[in-house]
Order: sequence, then C-alpha cells, then structure tokens
Amino acid sequence: MMLLAVLSGFLMAFAVPALRRFAGQHIGWLLALLPASLTVYFASLVPSISRGEILLIENQWMPGLGITLDFMVDGLSLVFALLISGIGTFILIYAGSYLKGHKDLGRFYVIMLSFMASMLGLVLSDNLIAFFVFWELTSITSYMLIGFNHEDEEARKCALQGLFVTAGGGLVLMAGLILLGFITGSYSFTEILASDLQIQEHAFYTAATICILIGAFTKSAQVPFHFWLPNAMAAPTPVSAYLHSATMVKAGVYLLARLNPSLGGDALWSGSLMLFGAATMLTGAYLAFSSTGIKKVLAYSTVMALGTLTMLIGVGTELAITAFICFLLAHSLYKGALFMLAGALDHETGTKDITKMGGLRQSMPLTAAITCLAALSLAGLPPLFGFVAKELMLESLLKAPAWSLGLLVVAVASAMLVVAVAGLVAIKPFFGEVLKTPKQPHEAPFAMLIGPAVLSLLALIFGVVPFVPAGILLDAAISSVHGAAVETALALWHGVNVPLILSVVSLLIGSLLLYKWQRLQPNLCALNTAGSRFGPEAGYFRFMLGITQVADWQTRLLQNGVLGIYLLILVLVTFGLTGYTLLTRHGFELSFDFSDGYFYEFGIALLLVVSTLFACATRSRLGSVASVGVTGFGVALIFIHFSAPDLGITQLLVETLTVILLVLVLFKLPPFVNLSSPLERYRDLAVAVFAGIVMTLLILAAMDIQFFESISSYYIENSSELAFGKNIVNVILVDFRQLDTLGEIFVLGLAAIGVFSMIKFRAEDQHRP
Amino acid sequence: MRSSSLILNTAALAIVPLQLMFSVFLLLRGHDEPGGGFIGGLVAASAFVLYAFAFGARSTLRLLRVSPRDILAAGLLFALASTIPALLSGQPLLTAHWWQFPLPGESYLKLSTVLIFDIGVYLAVLGTLMTFVISLMEVRE
Repeated sequence: MMLLAVLSGFLMAFAVPALRRFAGQHIGWLLALLPASLTVYFASLVPSISRGEILLIENQWMPGLGITLDFMVDGLSLVFALLISGIGTFILIYAGSYLKGHKDLGRFYVIMLSFMASMLGLVLSDNLIAFFVFWELTSITSYMLIGFNHEDEEARKCALQGLFVTAGGGLVLMAGLILLGFITGSYSFTEILASDLQIQEHAFYTAATICILIGAFTKSAQVPFHFWLPNAMAAPTPVSAYLHSATMVKAGVYLLARLNPSLGGDALWSGSLMLFGAATMLTGAYLAFSSTGIKKVLAYSTVMALGTLTMLIGVGTELAITAFICFLLAHSLYKGALFMLAGALDHETGTKDITKMGGLRQSMPLTAAITCLAALSLAGLPPLFGFVAKELMLESLLKAPAWSLGLLVVAVASAMLVVAVAGLVAIKPFFGEVLKTPKQPHEAPFAMLIGPAVLSLLALIFGVVPFVPAGILLDAAISSVHGAAVETALALWHGVNVPLILSVVSLLIGSLLLYKWQRLQPNLCALNTAGSRFGPEAGYFRFMLGITQVADWQTRLLQNGVLGIYLLILVLVTFGLTGYTLLTRHGFELSFDFSDGYFYEFGIALLLVVSTLFACATRSRLGSVASVGVTGFGVALIFIHFSAPDLGITQLLVETLTVILLVLVLFKLPPFVNLSSPLERYRDLAVAVFAGIVMTLLILAAMDIQFFESISSYYIENSSELAFGKNIVNVILVDFRQLDTLGEIFVLGLAAIGVFSMIKFRAEDQHRP
Repeated sequence: MRSSSLILNTAALAIVPLQLMFSVFLLLRGHDEPGGGFIGGLVAASAFVLYAFAFGARSTLRLLRVSPRDILAAGLLFALASTIPALLSGQPLLTAHWWQFPLPGESYLKLSTVLIFDIGVYLAVLGTLMTFVISLMEVRE
C-alpha cells in the first residue's frame, strides 16, 4: 500500500496523455484526485503515529547490494507527506487554470506528478541510498519544471543553474551518506537513529557531517548557495508555489531534521547550522525587502524562512525544535498560498512588478482578502499560526544555550524586514491609488483561489487553536526531530513577555520601513547591483566559465582532429603505464630458451617478421594490406599448431574479411601523400618500437607470473557437466561468460551503426548540390 | 555492379549455398565441436561478401531480403530473448535453460537458451559485417 502510494505519482504520470484526451480542460481536477486520495491515506496513518508509533514498511529492491525500498513513517515524515500531497492537490487544480490552453500542459503534469512522487519517496524512504535516488530525482524533475518554458533562454539558464547547484551538492551528499553508512554500519535511517553508537566520536564524523551539510545547504538554498532559488522563479507560478513552499527546498531541511538526533549535539553541527542559518535568514529578509518583482520578493522570503529553519535545528533545544516544526508548517501554508495568489495577480494583471500594481482590491476583492490573511501569517501577527511559530522562535532564541544574543538580534532584524515584506505583498498591490496594469484586472477564477483560501484558513484555524494540530501530529514530529518524546502546550496568547515585546518592536519598525520603501528601494537596488559583482552568484558564473575554458583547452590539446596524434597518445599512455608497472613490479628478466622449438615454428615466426616489416616499408597500400593479411594468417597457423582450432578458424575468417574490408576502403582514399616530416616519422618509429618492446616483455613476463590460480581447469572440468557442452571455447562464450558476449555483440551493433551513419551521411553530403 | 568475371560468377553461385549451409552446420555443432555462433556468422558473412563481389551490392540486398541492420537488430533481440526464461523463473539473469524433446527413434532434440543466444550472436555478426560491406560498396557504385 505504501509502495503504491509513493510510486502512484510515477504511474499516473504515464497515464497523463491518455487522461488529457479524455478530460480535456478539466484535467487538473481529475489529476488532483490522486494527491487528494494520498492525503486521505496519509491522514489515516495519523492516529497510530500520534501514539508515538513508527511504521516501517519493508520492500526489497536490490537485496544483493543492501538497497531496499523500505519506508519509514514517523511524525516528521508524515508531516512532510501530508504537506506534499495536500498542497500538491491544490497546485494541480490551480495549474489547470493557470496554464489553461498551454500547449505543453500535458508535459507539465507528467513532470509535476513525477516530482511529487519523488518528493514523497524522499521523505518516506528509510534506506539512505533510496533516499539519495529520490533526492536526485527531485533535482532532475525540478530542473525540467524550472525550465518548463524551454523556448525562453533565461528559463533554460536558470534551470541549469538550479540543477548544477543542487545536483553538485547531491554528489557531495552521496559521499556524506556513504560515510555515514560506513560509520554506523547500516544504511537504514531507523537503525541509525536507534543505534546508541557515539557517531560524534568516529574519525569520519567531521567529513560525513560536512558533506551532508553541503548537500542540505545547496538543496535548501542556504548562503552562499542561495542564489539559485530566486532564479528558479523563471518557472511557471504553480511550480514555484509547490517547489518553494513545502517540497524541493524543504528537502534539505528535512534531511537536517531527520539526522538531528544522530548527528546533532556536536559543536560542528549546531555551530554551522546556527551560523549559516542566521546568515541566510538575514540575507533572505534583506533581499526580499529590496526586490520589486512579487515572485522575487516571495522567493527571498523563502530563503529567509529556510535560514530560520536551519538555525532552529542548530539551536537544538526542545523549544527550538518545537518552533522548527511550527515554523515549517506555518511557512508551508502561507508561502504556498502567497505564491498561488501572486500567480493569480500576474495572471489577471499581466505584470509581476509590485510597483506597477495598486488599488486592486476593488477589482479583485476575494484575492485581496485571502492575500491579507496569508500575509498576516507571513508577518507573524496574531491570530495566525505564523504568530505562534514566530513567538516560539524568539522564545527559543532567548533561551538558546549559545550565541543567544547574537541570534536574537539577527532574528528581530529579519522579523522587521519580513513585516515590511508582508506589507509589500498584501498592501502595495491592493490598496492605495488604482494603477493601470497591462491587462484589465478582474477576479481570479475559482480553481486559482480555492488552494490559497484553504491554506490561509488552515493557518487561521491552527493559529487560534494551536494545541489541536500539536496534539494530533506535531508533537510526534517534534519528538522524532528531537530524538526524545516531547509534549507541548501551544497557545496563541502567552501573556505579555519578552518575545511579545520584541514582536511589537519589529512590527513598528517594519511598518516604518514599509512606509519608506518607495524611497529606500531604488537605493537598495543600486547597492545590490554593485554588490552582485562580488557575490556568490558571480563566483558561480566564473566557475562555470572556468570549466568551459579548461574543456576548450584540453580538447584543443588532446583532440585536435589529427588521427595520428590520437594514436600516439593512446599508445604512449597505455604502454608507458604498463611498462612502468612491469618494471616496478617485476623488473627485467629475459630468458630465452629455443631448444625445444621445431624448425617450422621458426619458419612461421620468420614469416610474421618479414610480412610485418614489409607492411611498414611498402609504399603501396594494397601491398601493406596484403602483408598485414599474411601476418594474420601466420598467427592463425600458430593457433592451429598449438591445437586451438576455434581460435584458428576465427582468426582465418576475421583476417579474410578484414582484408576485404580494407580493400573496399582503399578505393575511397585519396592518392598516397606523405604529410609527415622525417622527424615525426622517427618519433613514430621510436614510439612503435617502444610499444613493441613493452608488449614482448609483458608476454614473456606473463609466462612466469601467476597472481591467481588459473581458471582453465575449472572450465575444463565443468564444461560438460554444468553447461552440457564439450567445446570449451564455445561454452565459455555462450554460457560461462555469456554477459561478456552479450556486451560484445552490442558493441558490434554500435560499431555497425557508426560505420553506416558515417558513410551514409558523407555520401548524402556529397550528393547535395 | 556485376563482376565481369564469368568464373567468379559461376563459382559464386555454387559456393555461396554450400558456405551458408556450412555456416549453419558450424552454428549448430558449436557446442560440442569447433564452431559456434561467432564462427558461423563469419562464414555466412563471407558467403554473402563473395556473392556481393560477384553480383554487386544491390543484388546481395535483394538476396538478403532484409536490410543488414535488421539482421543485426534481430540478432541482438535473440540474444536478449535468451535471458527471458531465467527472468521468468526468478533465477539470476543469463541462467541457462535446457529442454529435451523426444524424436522418433532413440534420439532427442535438445534445445536451450544457449542455442538461442548463439543464434543471436550468429545474426549479430552477420548483420554487422554485411552493414560494413554493403555500406562501403554502395558508396562506390
């Protein structure tokens, strides 16, 4: 059931083209049934989870490698699963309306459903490797989602940037996860969390932690990797609303929360989380305040929220973890709603620039009301759930065991900016004088408002009665992040205390900032432009440019199009390395013993030498082909002489066909011209002689080195018993080492296709006038 | 392009069928005696190459009836198909399966996935070589 639930998104993605023909315009509603039923399914698990149980559903995947598709449901993963499927439902409905009539709507749903399924797999996986696979799947699918408008060069660039940053971080994460598996001896989250091993004392702890942190920081857009997230706004709004509220960017935070009980408690862990989290929080809040595009504003406020979450895990006290889970839920609700509303604004007015919007509350009253509600939660004002979360955050910082004052200052500064940002989103477009927008604004359609409305109302309900969601599920989630059972007593009103006073202060200063925004913004914008030359994004561009330059340089050096150089490099490297190994491992040992040779063996050897020399010396191509053929037949004679009839026959046939092919090719070649200078030819001669000597020494050495026991006797003994064949060569080819043969004939096929296309396309080029 | 040598043309007509029969013989006996799919495929390819030298690429294609690339693809499919019985019975990939059918008299017809695989090798080798030769000859014509 769980397996089906996770993979159903992938299955549904396959059905989209057919369903689209069937449902037409209303496909969004139809597809939304899937996440809706998933939400119901996950909700049915809530009672047992809230009792503190952990569900483990086992599925084999690759038992030989210890990779399973086990799923683990505890409070944390269930909160995420519910957010993913719940918000996913509204996003799918919303997208059907937002992208109505878009020619690639089908493709959008295919990727979106795959993304949703990957995300569910990510938060539910118990196996580290399966987790990593889903992690990378979210990177890839979000790449396709961000670059959905693939005809737009900017969108392609932004998508690629997101992919490079997250997939690059993913590689580092893989190293971290493998190290973690190495330390704990298990690739299962449950076992790692349950083990009482002192991971912090292991020699690899630092390396593993740093790798995992880099993976999580890139995914969750922490400073200095935050720049990809706002650029990902090139995606259509439903994508932004989904990726940046509850899913993609939260994956990194999820990983941190998941591993907190095991890796946490160490100065490295909590220190770097608090440091980077606080830096990200302030940077995000400031950049949100200084932007004008409504989606950019929201994107940067997401960066701020991700920083807050990371910081709270770093603080790590019971109170901080409570604040973490509440903030996570609050942010997912209001950010999902606000992004969808921003899309509605953009859809109805034709602009994303908040300086160009104003007084829209008359034409879009419903949108305005819902936006205000969601923005109240963003600003952290009562009675919304955002208020509960923010108060908890401030209180936990007050009582933080380390760096309490510093974190508090940063948090209050961010809170001021966020109040201003919430005002920008809610007040600027809807109130004040009516501004003329590119499109005549009117109320957004029902499908685009239902999602934001439900999410905002949830934020309101949770805000008024915060102990209800806490009792149902949040306590369980907090316990799984904290690593010990926790019971909270959340309430909207805690009386007048320090956090409340700090909130009031930040509200007042935030309002002042909002009031001055019109005048401040251009200055800030200029400052940002000047600063961006030294920012991490500039570093990213320089790095990418560097990669192409290095690639360019080494291509010019190594692959300059001259076939002779390729051969020279190949031969030199191969025989240089082989010769070096031979010399250092074995040394020179020349012992010739010709005493038991027969005269015709010497005859064959002489034939081989003479024909080879002739092939090198002759100026006639046909002559050299023929003498190479003679060499081949001589080798076949040797095979037959040493009673290997199969090899002999094969060698004869291959030699015959090779000569025929070469002769066919010869007709196409231009007349013989000598292009190389004598010096180059002496160089080639030297390389050839060197390769020949190394090869000879190698064969001589191979006669008396035996690293492993020869396997021939096994083949000889078992050929007829196990494989029912008496011809051992053939039995090896088609039975014992069948996989090799299978690979080889596919290589043959590739070679044939290569030759065919090379000749065919050249011929077509020549026929063209 | 037909060769102008009468001897070659006449000899080819006699030799090509013999060579083809020999190639099948090599293929079938390969499990116990020298031979097998690889050698069989080479012999078959040289038969067709001989025919091509005598009567040209076009007539060889007509004789083959299908494009050499299809022969190659068929070979790869045969080789892959030989892995299916092992998959179906849940054994590791490429586990050999054998079937015996009684024939009139005291003999048995022995069939196996190994034989199917060998036929795949035969066809793949034949297809590859014919792709090379026909492509090269067609450019010349």
